This record gives sequence, C-alpha cells and structure tokens, in this order.
Amino acid sequence: MHSILKTSFVALIAAGVATSASAEAHSTLSGTLRISSDMSNPAPRAVMEGMAAEFDEMHPDLEVELTIVDREAWKTQIRNALGANPPDVVNWYAANRMGPYVDAGLFADVTDLWEEEQFEGLASTKGAMTIDDKQWGVPYTYYQWGVYYRADIYEELGLSEPETWEEELANCQTLLDNDIKCYTIGTKFLWTAGGWFDYLNSRTHGYDFHMALARGEVEWTDDRVRETFANWRELIDMGAFIDDHQNYSWQEALPFFQNGEAAAYLMGNFAVAAFREGGLTDEQLDFYQFPKINPDVDYAEDAPTDTFHIASGAENMDAAREFLRYVTSPEVQTRINGGDALGQLPVNANAEIGDDKFLEQGFEMLSSNAEGGIMQFFDRDFPAEMASVGMEGLQEFMVFPDNLDDILNRLEDARQRIYE
Amino acid sequence: MSVSPAVPTTHARQPNRGWYRRNEIALTPWLFLILPVAFFLTYVVVPIGQSFWISFHQWDGLGEATWVGMDNYNRLLGLGDQNIDRKFETSFWNNIRWLVLYLLAIPMGLFIALFLNQTVTGIRLYKSLFFFPFVISQVVVGLVFSWFYLPNVGLFEIITGFFGLEIRGGVLGNPDTATYGIIAAGLWPQTAYCMILYLTGLNAVDSEQVEAARLDGAKGWRMLWFVIIPQLKPATFIAFVVTIIGALRSFDLISIMTNGGPFGSTRVLSFYMFEESLSEFGFRMGYGAAIAVVLFFIMLGFIVYFLWSMWQDEKGAR
Repeated sequence: MHSILKTSFVALIAAGVATSASAEAHSTLSGTLRISSDMSNPAPRAVMEGMAAEFDEMHPDLEVELTIVDREAWKTQIRNALGANPPDVVNWYAANRMGPYVDAGLFADVTDLWEEEQFEGLASTKGAMTIDDKQWGVPYTYYQWGVYYRADIYEELGLSEPETWEEELANCQTLLDNDIKCYTIGTKFLWTAGGWFDYLNSRTHGYDFHMALARGEVEWTDDRVRETFANWRELIDMGAFIDDHQNYSWQEALPFFQNGEAAAYLMGNFAVAAFREGGLTDEQLDFYQFPKINPDVDYAEDAPTDTFHIASGAENMDAAREFLRYVTSPEVQTRINGGDALGQLPVNANAEIGDDKFLEQGFEMLSSNAEGGIMQFFDRDFPAEMASVGMEGLQEFMVFPDNLDDILNRLEDARQRIYE
Repeated sequence: MSVSPAVPTTHARQPNRGWYRRNEIALTPWLFLILPVAFFLTYVVVPIGQSFWISFHQWDGLGEATWVGMDNYNRLLGLGDQNIDRKFETSFWNNIRWLVLYLLAIPMGLFIALFLNQTVTGIRLYKSLFFFPFVISQVVVGLVFSWFYLPNVGLFEIITGFFGLEIRGGVLGNPDTATYGIIAAGLWPQTAYCMILYLTGLNAVDSEQVEAARLDGAKGWRMLWFVIIPQLKPATFIAFVVTIIGALRSFDLISIMTNGGPFGSTRVLSFYMFEESLSEFGFRMGYGAAIAVVLFFIMLGFIVYFLWSMWQDEKGAR
C-alpha cells in the first residue's frame, strides 16, 4: 500500500513537472529555430530529421527549419554559415576543433546550461567542451575506438585477446607465421595513422604526456617520443600491417579484414556497421581494448565526441537552448544512440546503452577502464596545422621507418612555429 | 557704319550636334567595354590585389588579420635566416615536372592526328573514340587511373609484373613514381585535346604546297618537318598554350588520385595553396595567399610570353 501510494505520488509529481515544463516551454518558444546539421549519412540523417520533427511538434508555436549539409563539405562550409545571418544551432566537433570558432566569438557561451541539473549526467565529456573554463556547446554522441578482430581466426590459431605488449607481439608473430597480417589499415587519408599514434603514445607515456605533446609543450625530438615510435617500429618491422596501405582509404582496407588476410583493425565503432555489411557475423567479430605497453600507465581511450553548438548570432536563443537541453536529455540520448539509430554511445550517464555487444563493451571500457582520460583523436586534440603536418609524418614513418629522424625534425620545426 | 554685303553666307550651317555625337567614334568602344571591364576589375583584378594584400597578413579567415609584412614569403621561400619551406620546394619541382612532361601531349597529339588524317570507312568514329578521354571528366580519368595503378590487383602492376618490374608500394604509393603516374593520367586527355587541335589544323594545310613538295621529291620526315609542321604553326601555338595552362592547373587529378600524398610528394603549388587556405586543416589564408602570389608570377611569365608572341604575330600580319 505504502509503496503504491509512493509510486503514484512520484508519478503524479513527475507528470506535473512534465506538464508544467512543457507548458512553460509552449508559452515562451515561438518563431523559427534554424538548425544546420552535418548528419548527412543515411542513419544519422534519419535521426536528425526525427529530432527536428519531434521538437517542432513539442512546441506548436515554434517552427523548426532543418538544413542538412554533407558531412565532409560542412567541415569547410561552417565558416561561411556562421558568418552572416547564422543558423541558431549547428553541428561540430569537440576539443581543439572548436577552438577557432570560440576564439572568433562565433559560438555562444553555454556555461550556465551546464550548471543545470540535467547536465550533471554529461560530466564525462565536459572537459572536451571546455575552453577557457567555459563550455561552448553540448555533445550528442560519441564512440569508442579499439581493436576489432576476427574472433574466428583468433580461435582457430588458439590466440586470446592480448592485455600486454608482449602478448600482443606474440599474437602477431603467430598470425604472421600463418601468413595473416596482424592489422589492416588504409592511410591514404592519413587520419587512421593518427589513431595508432594516439594509442601507442598514450600507452607508452600516459594521457598527460600525450596531451602535453598535443598542447605543444613537449618537443617532437624528445626521447620519450622516440620511445613511442620505437614501439611502433617493432610492429612495422615484423610486417604487422598490410602492405601498400598508403594507397587505401579506410574502406578500401576493409576487404583484407573481411577476407581474413588481416586479423584485426584498430578503428572507431562506426566501422562495425561496415563489417556487418561486408558479411561478417557477430560470432566472427569481437573487440578488445588496446593492450597496455607501459604497465605503470593508466588506459587512455580515443572517443571522439560530436556536438551541437549555438551560434553567437542566433536569433532564437531561447529555442536553441531548449533544443540543446532536449538533445542531451536521457530519453533522447537513449533513443538517438540506440542500435537502430546512430548505434553509438549516449553522452548522458542516465541514458541506456543500445543492445549491442560492441556498444556495451565500449561503454564498459570508457566508464570503468579509462582512468587515464578520454582523448578526442589526433586531429581534434592537436591544432589543425600540427595535425596535418603530423599525420603526414606518421604515414611516412609507417612506410619508411628509417626516415624517423627527418620526420621528427620536421615536426619539431612545425611545432616551434605553430605554438609560438 | 559698315554695310554688310548682300551676299549669302558661304559657311555651311553648323549642325547642332551634341557632345556625344561629336565624340562618338572615340567613345563607343569604351561604352561597349564598360561592362566587361567592370566585371574584369571586380572578379579578376581586385581579387588579385586582395590576394597580394592578404599575403602580408596572418589570418584564419574568421577573426582579425594581423600584419606580418614579408614573414609569409620569408618562410615560403627561405629568405633571410629561415629554411625554405620543404612542402613548397616539393610542390615547385613537381610543377616543373608537370610543365615539362605535359608538353609531351603536343607531339603525341600531332602523331595521332597525322595517323587519323586519312579517309577510311568509319574514320569519324575512330576520331571520336580518340577524342573521348577529353570529353569525360578529369575526376573519372583520375579514378580510372588510380584503379589501373592499384597494387596487386591493378592492371598496370600485372603488366609490369610480367616483365619482372616491381614498384614498391604501387605507382601512386611510392613517392618516387607517384607524380609521374599522375602526369601520365593527365596526358591521356591532354593528348586527345592536342590531337583535335592538329586535326583541324591539318584541314587547313595547303594541298598545293604538298603537291609541289612531292614534285620536288620531299617525303616522309622531310615533308613533315619542312612542309606540314610550318603550316601547323597556329595549331602548335594554341596546343602549347592550353598544355601549359593545363599543367599549371593540375589540381583535380592530384586531389582524386593521391590527395597530395604519399607524404606530400605529389603536391603542386595550386594544391598546396588549396591545402593551406581552404582544406579541412587549412585556413591559413595569409600563407595560402603567398603561395598564390608566387604561382601568379610563374603564370604571369608564361602569359606575358603568350601575349607578346600573339602581338608579334598581329604586327607581322598587318
């Protein structure tokens, strides 16, 4: 009896809160909310259109105008979009990638939003949204990186998920003895090599060292950086990576994995959809966290975060802020990140994870096994120019490891110029 | 008191003409030119000036531009105590490679044109097949060639493998061969272009001169060199102009086939300029503008030469 009363009471209050909240919203939100989104791939596009339609329905006086721009094109178009007559809400990326827009005053400061109760659930990504102790947007999704491997091949050869660098090298040697490459990779567009460096560097010297390097506080010619490359070189000299990877995009490197010519792929979780489309079943696929190299160093993980921001020139600030609240709420987070939608990780800790073994493993890994910290990925943590020079050097190193001195000197020259 | 003679005035009555009427001949050309000149100024001359201006600044395209004087040029060209920008050096030499090797399209186009300049059944079809690569988009050409060059599975690798040749990393994956691979891809449509220019040129060859030369016993190479080619001079000039311009504009093939890689070894100046100023990791407008200015002067050299030789031609014709 008591419990029934209590629950119905809670339900009543909840309903009351909900109605009053929506009533309040109804009374205040009007006009047009203009959203420019880069969620142009089929699944994200459906999600974004669904959110816009629902938000429009929730607020009868408000009209939501959604423009979806091609994801790659948006990376350069956002500048023009934010210039004159900007939309109210835009998509972008966390960390250093939002730096230029924050510096130019094009993103609105949303620090007060983050002080609201609902945003406590977003604590894990707060750091990535912070520049100068203020928050400049909200995340809506993120995904883990890690090693996706062919469980069937590992089983056949009697291998298990490696936890240390020695196990990793031993596994790799067994694979190579059986004429299977350890890793597939396509470095034509460079960034895939950035993922390898993120992991090798943070596993060798830790998150703090990696971020210090990203902030330009460590010289590229430093011996510690060389140690990272020495570890990488062990794999390269074994022939662990597929040949001629500089010719392939990450998609073009997939067939090696599908055909069993390479046993594993260091990638973001978005690759799972491609693996499945390529005909691999969940029994053939599995995932492990990048192994420890230096046992004294905590795990740090790449988990790039995609975000929403309010343009500082937004005309409908209230509606834009309400939309940010809506996007980050646990219910919406659960829904849009589910396996049938984005298939990624919700940013709100109170949201539920989609029913998918990779999402579950990824969430588990990021929430309990990434004490070192969360990296946003090489091209988002490092300033743009450093990232482009750096990734080119990483690709060259993977093909011609003997050029290391020259590469590091070049990167060091660039560092001294870029961060001055 | 003077008496005016009773004779009619001998002056023709001055017609009452307006200022425009009086200056019509001098003015009309300028009137016709106003619109094109205005467009040319707005879309060509002023932007060139702006590029020069931006190249003296450091600017991310969003905030305020900071005046840095010659800094961008010092870094780019290695003036003063700085080392020359290695990316610039690579790009510059690649541009030279493009300029020199792209000219191969002219003799190749000439020989295909000579070969096709005959009356056989269906020659129009053959001609259009040869012209085909110029009609399809450069992007398609780039894609076709990058598949052709793919390591292991590409046709090129199979052919060279047959002769025991192996290019490490594939043609486009090897920094020593990648640029040549792209130039070869570019030569395919460019040759077709030159061929068409020569085919039309060959139509205008004076058959009487050819007859006369035959009577004098000229044939084969001597006929080609002393009789045909001199008559093709206008076509050669145009082919030269479009080929040089094509070489300097070689952007799309590079972007499609290697994206400047491997490790930046296939960059040319126009691609480097785009990368610095407008690509995903770019937006260093000042530096990009400095590259644009250097490229502008290289082009200007050729343009001045072209204009000068056209002017010489016209003077001769007058």
